This record gives sequence, C-alpha cells and structure tokens, in this order.
Amino acid sequence: MYSEDVIKHFRNPHNMGKIKKPDGIGKVGNIICGDVMWLYIKVGKSASRRKKDEEVIIDVKFETFGCTAAIATSSMITDLAKGKTFEEALKINKQEITESLGGLPPIKVHCSVLASDALVEAIYDYLAKNKRPISKELEERHVHIKREKEIIEERYKEWVGKQEEVVGEK
Amino acid sequence: MRKRIYLDYAATTPVDPAVLVAMRPYFNRDFGNPSSLHSFGQKAKSALEGSRNVIAGLIGAKSEEIIFTSSATESNNLALKGVAFANRDKGNHIIISAIEHDCVLNTALWLSKQGFEITQIPVGKDGLVDPERIEKSIKKDTILVSVIWGNNEIGTLQPIVEIGRICRKKNVLFHTDAAQAFGKIPIDVVRDNVDLLTASSHKIYGPKGAAFLFVKRGILLTPILHGGGQERNLRSSTENIGSIVGFAIAAEIADERMNSENKKLLMMRDKIINKILRKVPDSYLNGHPTKRISNIANLRFAFVEGESMIMELSAAGIAVSTGSACSSPKLEPSHVLLALGLRPEEIHGSVRISLGRWTTDKEIDYLIEVLPRVVEKLRKISPFAR
Ligand code: FES
Repeated sequence: MYSEDVIKHFRNPHNMGKIKKPDGIGKVGNIICGDVMWLYIKVGKSASRRKKDEEVIIDVKFETFGCTAAIATSSMITDLAKGKTFEEALKINKQEITESLGGLPPIKVHCSVLASDALVEAIYDYLAKNKRPISKELEERHVHIKREKEIIEERYKEWVGKQEEVVGEK
Repeated sequence: MRKRIYLDYAATTPVDPAVLVAMRPYFNRDFGNPSSLHSFGQKAKSALEGSRNVIAGLIGAKSEEIIFTSSATESNNLALKGVAFANRDKGNHIIISAIEHDCVLNTALWLSKQGFEITQIPVGKDGLVDPERIEKSIKKDTILVSVIWGNNEIGTLQPIVEIGRICRKKNVLFHTDAAQAFGKIPIDVVRDNVDLLTASSHKIYGPKGAAFLFVKRGILLTPILHGGGQERNLRSSTENIGSIVGFAIAAEIADERMNSENKKLLMMRDKIINKILRKVPDSYLNGHPTKRISNIANLRFAFVEGESMIMELSAAGIAVSTGSACSSPKLEPSHVLLALGLRPEEIHGSVRISLGRWTTDKEIDYLIEVLPRVVEKLRKISPFAR
C-alpha cells in the first residue's frame, strides 16, 4: 500500500531528533487520528551564491509520534525545507510532500498536512520570538493549527508532562 | 528467501494439509448439489450431513441444531437479526457487551435503527464482563443477550457459563460468538447454558467460506437469506460442500489436539509476555493475564504508534496486527481497547500477537529479540519518549 520511497524514508528517516538550541519549534497534532509531530529549525544566512545573505532554514529536525506515513512525510519535509527561505518554505504543501514520496494512500494524505503544519509553526515561532512582521496569511494559518493543537494537547497532557519532568531532572 | 514469520493466527490461519486433502474431492469428483436426488447429489448430501454430525458431536449439540453459513459474520447476523425479528412480539431489547466483534456490534447498531433497543455492557479494565451487570440490565422486554466468548483482539475469555445461567433463569435467549474460542477450549452447549453459538472454520485451520450457527431446538429465527430452503429454511444457498467438509475435519483435528496445543501455545504466549514486558520499559499487557485464549497476547508500548510498529516488524519478516487508529480504515482506535478504559494514544501503541499450530520456539525467540528493538527505534523518533 505504501510506495517504495515512503518505506525508505520511514525506515531510515532523515534529520530525525532534536536541535539543541533551535531558533523555532513547531509542535502540531493531528485531530483525525491523534498523532503528534515536533519540528525544530535553525535559521541563518544562506551560503549559496544565489541566495547570498538571505535568511534561510539552515537546519531542521523532527520528532514524530505517528504512523509510517507520518514519519515518512516528516522526513521528507525536512529534506524539502533545508536551505529554503521562509517564503519558499511556506509554499511547501501536501501535494509537494506527497508527490516527492511517490504518492500516499488517500487515507494517509492527512499525515502530510501534519508535516507542512509543523513547518509553518516553526517559522511562525521564529518570527514571533524575534518580533518580526508576520503576514496576515501566516497569522491565519497559525491560528487554525493552534486550535487543532490544543485539542491534541489536552489528550496528551500526561505524557508531555512526563517528558518535561524528565528533562527538568537532568 | 527472507524469513517470514506469521504471528497473526487470530486474523486467519493456513489450512491444515490434512484438511486440504480431505476437502479436495468435493470440488471436482463429489461436487454434486446436496439438494439433487441423483447419486452426485446424494454423495454430497451424505458428506454434508456427516460433517454436521461431527461438528454437533464436538459441542454436545444435536445435528439438526447446526446451521452452516459462510462466515462468523453471517452467523452472528443471523443470530441477532434472526432472534430479533422472530421475537418482536415478545420484546425489543437486546444486550451485548462493549467488546463484541464488529459484526455483532454493527448488527446491533443496525437493529437499533430498526427500532430495537440495545444495551452495551461495559467491561472492566481486564476486559471481563461482570455477569451481575448483565443480570441487572435484563428487563421484561429483553429478548437476547450476546457476549463474545473469546475476544479476538485481547483474547479474554468471558464467564459464559454464568451468563448463560442468568439468561436461563431470566428466560432470555443467550448467544455467544465463539469464533476465537471454538476449537481452543472445550465447549458443551448443554453444560454451558448456550442457546445460540457462532463458530468459524478459517480460525481453526479450515478453509475460509464455512462457519456455523448452533441454534438450540425450539428457537425460532427469521432467516436473512430466502431461496431454496436449505439448512432448515434458515439459510438458503447451495451448500459450500468442500469448505464444510474441510471445516468438520479441521474441527475434529482441533478437538483431538486441544490439550497438547494449548499447553504449547500457552507456554509460548507467556514467554512472549514475560520477556517483552521485562525487556521493554513502559510496556503493558492488555486484558486479563490468565483468563485468556492460549494463543493471543495483546501488548501495549507507550510513546510509539502501532501501524509503524507493524511496518517495522513486517520489514523484519514478522506479521502481527494492531488496534491503532492509524491502521483502521476509519482512523478510529479499537473499540475493544477503548472499552478497557484506555485512551486513544495508549491504544496507538498496541500490538496483537497471535500464535498457532506451526509457531516454533525459534520464531518466538526471534520476535522477542526484534520487537524491543523496533520499539526502541520508534521511540527515538517519538517526541514523548525519554
Ligand atoms: S499518523 Fe495516524 S494515520 Fe498517519
């Protein structure tokens, strides 16, 4: 049922894990089946000549609690986002993610939405933290995603709490 | 070839080679229609009745109390709808448990849309139905109680005898879906106070396409299929003679080997449970630890999702199943695990391992080695794991 590329990314996900001091974090949940994705970005000046001195996503990592498709799309979006300007990154949508993976079963398309939402949120987090202007469109997407996230967080409270406790002990 | 290990026997089983040999002639040599009067038909007819006798004998029933159908789903549909519509003048209340198989649950839901009142009895954290709760829920207009004998997901065995006794006392019909229990535990419909009982062939190394409904003599059912009047007019259709013959042979073999197989499977099952729970932190057993079918273990791992576990295990050659929402066509978590009081995110990490006749110690050891690694790998990806 899954394409070869989906399985490849799922079994060996790219950019998995945390970024120590991230510039932005996107934490999203999927109200359809209850999966969770956290995406970390590091922002910096582009090294490439074409985007010289432009601000781009220089590093990106993810953590996902979800199905094969959720893990594969998480991995794929980190690949797609790396080196992109915010404007470019915000254009990555579920079509692009799904196509890059050689397609997803229809019932799994919502998992790819989770990935693009996480990226939107990470960028939003960075812009907000640094008091940078936020477009009306991005603001609207953020509000919508946040509403879904609140529903999920209510459900996962116990585990998230557990995790923070452990982090605190270290 | 890469190793392939089947640990999903609760989903379906391979046909036993002896069964395959016994049923084969009925597809081309003795292929007659049991309703035909000529020798071809009569040969098939005698095989059909022979199979009926065998199966009736195994559960302490009379031959005419066995109705062959095509599947456990069909048997359950016939039991619930059949009793409901035949008893409409007596009442319209039906009681089921919260952990019935989808085919009982959805039949009951459908009946509720036809004006029947359905009560679902909750189960405890261990997955057991409290017979007292059933007794309390029985009303004047209750016509049927249906409780699954061995649960297909968590394997718990319900106190059927007691529930049966209550139903008898209250004069209410009692049906049990024994699709997972038949062939694995001794069943005597008289001793166990059962009025209707469902069992299926492909769960006990018989072919798919054959099942039966035991209907105690004197109980009236409204048929679902109308036609040539086969199976005492309760299930019109030309009999699937090959599969029925195979079913009867499979049931006989299961009965003969019940003790020795249970002993073997129980040891393997408990080895899996004990070793995995010890090896993997934050792992749990779903369902009652001992009141369960010998071949089913349902385990739960915090912080990871079941569909991805299935895929990782499958890549390692191991076939198991999960109750996670992500793997269901409706993206809903298993209603059985929900009924245990588990939250959807806990259900996410549940895996059902079911063993069978050809499971070997080597396969079990391989699972015990691979599964913890899979959980660990996915926990590294999960935001929640420590
Ligand atoms: S994360 Fe649940 S279906 Fe993909």
